[in-house]
Amino acid sequence: MTGVGPAPLDPSPTVGTEPKPLTVIVPGSTAVGQYLRDLGHFRGLIWVLAVRDIKLRYRQTALGASWVVIQPLLSAGVLGFVFGKVARLPTDGIPTFLFVFCGMVAFSCFTSAAGRAAGSLLGNTGLVSKIYFPRLVLPFSTAVSVLLDLLVSSCVLAVLLFTTGVTPGAGILLLPVWLLLLLALAQGFGAAAASVSVRYRDVQQIVPVVLQLMLYASPVAYSVRAIPARYQDLYHLNPVAALLEAFRWSVLGTPFPGSWYLAYSATVCVATFVVGALVLERMEKTFADVI
Amino acid sequence: MPTSSEPATAVSVRGLSKTYSITPAHARPISIGEAITARLRRPLARHPKELFQALTDVSLDVQEGEAVGIIGRNGAGKSTLLKILSRITTPTAGRVEISGRVGSLLEVGTGFHPQLTGRENIYLNGSILGMKKKEITSHFDSIVDFAEVHRFLDTPVKRYSSGMYVRLAFAVAAHLEPEILIVDEVLAVGDAEFQKRCLGKMGEVTTQEGRTVLFVSHNMAAIESFCARAVYLSAGQLVSDGPTRATIDRYLSDGTRGDRTAPGVWDFEDLERTQPDARKILVGLEVRSTEGALTDTILMGQGLRLDIRTRGLHLPDDVVYVRINTQSGVAMMSFETVMKQLEVLRTVPDYDLVTMTIPGLQLAAGSYSIELTVVEGRRSGRRALDHIERAAEIGIAECDVYGSGYKVSPNGPCGVVFADAHWEAWRDGSLVARSFGSDGERLRPAPGLGLSG
Repeated sequence: MTGVGPAPLDPSPTVGTEPKPLTVIVPGSTAVGQYLRDLGHFRGLIWVLAVRDIKLRYRQTALGASWVVIQPLLSAGVLGFVFGKVARLPTDGIPTFLFVFCGMVAFSCFTSAAGRAAGSLLGNTGLVSKIYFPRLVLPFSTAVSVLLDLLVSSCVLAVLLFTTGVTPGAGILLLPVWLLLLLALAQGFGAAAASVSVRYRDVQQIVPVVLQLMLYASPVAYSVRAIPARYQDLYHLNPVAALLEAFRWSVLGTPFPGSWYLAYSATVCVATFVVGALVLERMEKTFADVI
Repeated sequence: MPTSSEPATAVSVRGLSKTYSITPAHARPISIGEAITARLRRPLARHPKELFQALTDVSLDVQEGEAVGIIGRNGAGKSTLLKILSRITTPTAGRVEISGRVGSLLEVGTGFHPQLTGRENIYLNGSILGMKKKEITSHFDSIVDFAEVHRFLDTPVKRYSSGMYVRLAFAVAAHLEPEILIVDEVLAVGDAEFQKRCLGKMGEVTTQEGRTVLFVSHNMAAIESFCARAVYLSAGQLVSDGPTRATIDRYLSDGTRGDRTAPGVWDFEDLERTQPDARKILVGLEVRSTEGALTDTILMGQGLRLDIRTRGLHLPDDVVYVRINTQSGVAMMSFETVMKQLEVLRTVPDYDLVTMTIPGLQLAAGSYSIELTVVEGRRSGRRALDHIERAAEIGIAECDVYGSGYKVSPNGPCGVVFADAHWEAWRDGSLVARSFGSDGERLRPAPGLGLSG
């Protein structure tokens, strides 16, 4: 062919400079060590896909990124009206809108993380069937856009706090912990749902319903004190409940959740994350054949 | 470059097999509800699974810096092999060891998003293919040059013409610089001019020092020019491995072929099928002229009748396919029994003869092969029941189709098909020159042009 001659146009710097990685392909799942190594190698892709999703979300919308602000304000308004004004459920003495918006910030962080992660495999069919990368990259990449949304809605929350004159105490320092636990729960749930949805598309229909139910079963628009004492244990089986209380404790200074409830929530969150990630990692070898 | 005297092994494949279990379409639950009800109705029943062996015990060693072509017919397992090497799917048995960074290109434009601009897609696609951001930035200008999309860099690619889209996609992929490059049939895109440039770029890539390339293509000329060595896969098995020319010859001479018992008469009774579960529905084939005379050769432009002898064929539930291929296996045209409404005059248990008549075959002179396939009912997953790769050979002889002595040959620059045309030349609205019709008669001037001539 034509280009056999001297030095090619762009001599490859990668060839021969660093020790070559050895990849072993055998039936069944990849060794965990190799999987983690790959995940490290493809960490850049998490970021790239996240940027793609963020760019795409508000392209060809008239209001653009301001939807990030409008959406939680709208849903907080509706929920506050229904639960606070119509049903008159207690809000621990905090102005209804502020109370609900605060819950909404944490809860929508959970639902959008879970929902986006659950759709991440089927939403990238082309990639899954044509390119190798550890598939955990896909749910992980959705978390970035969730964090960005969270950042924006936190700013709105800060403005609301300032105008209503509520000053958070030292508890605010623990805020990232609650959010991280919520994200872990959402990612674990989302990764497992995404894995199953590759074979059974039904999951795509179930996930929004489950998340919708959780909105009513969690103290988003009402205080846990609206729940009769004998149902408190049952109510707190929902791991989101104690975390929302903790979140509001950090921001608004409402009562701290029962420490057993909180310990239980934290355990469930971490366990869900690990199990969800493992489910995806075990199942990912079959994705390309089924998707 | 480390100058070790003997090159190390870049890819080592040992006893690789891949089995797909295919559940027949009617038995496969597609929702959890269906799966549960089926399970409740018959708790112990197992799905009637069928196994499909895509690859069987393939072993292969590729040295560092070697370019190896992989050839074989559709369904021979080439893509499955590449998918396993690219780690998209796992083998059922065997072991592969790869030393070095792998870049695989099973499709151009994977991950391209129509809403994003050309610039954004270059970065996105590059990262998906495994390039670092720095690498993409350093190649950015040459990618844009190669794709010739300077003016449209900030336009969403959904507004690109399909040619621009493919050019950009290939340009990004061509700048991938892993130690081991796996390429599947990406050259089959774009116009002739662009294909030529892609081939040039491929040549550059394969000859770059230290680069190991595995290259699947149906383009034998491309395989021959880039790869010193080729392997031939057939029905999931590695049939031949060696110098490219020898492997290609083996490939071209292979395939299930009918026995010619008399001019124009081909027999498949004793033919071993490559597909293990094939039913011998196809019994024989007679090639005839439209007048009904048995023949091996027709003249260009003449018609053809194929009498396909069958056993246990159920029309219209089963579908018979006829394909006319060139000698290198490129499909020229294909026909199937469902392409026209089939009127059933009388219901019979099965059919023993199916004939197909082509009134005029507009193929250039050369030799062609006829491929026959019988596919099971239109509803249940289109499974091939019987298939014969080279059921018969037909020759098409040169003939003065235009009545002018002009020759159309498939090896020349004229293409493989031909059609009639006539020419006129005009000056100031009056006809000054015109061609003759193929029957020697002067054609009337084209309507709508100038005066009445």
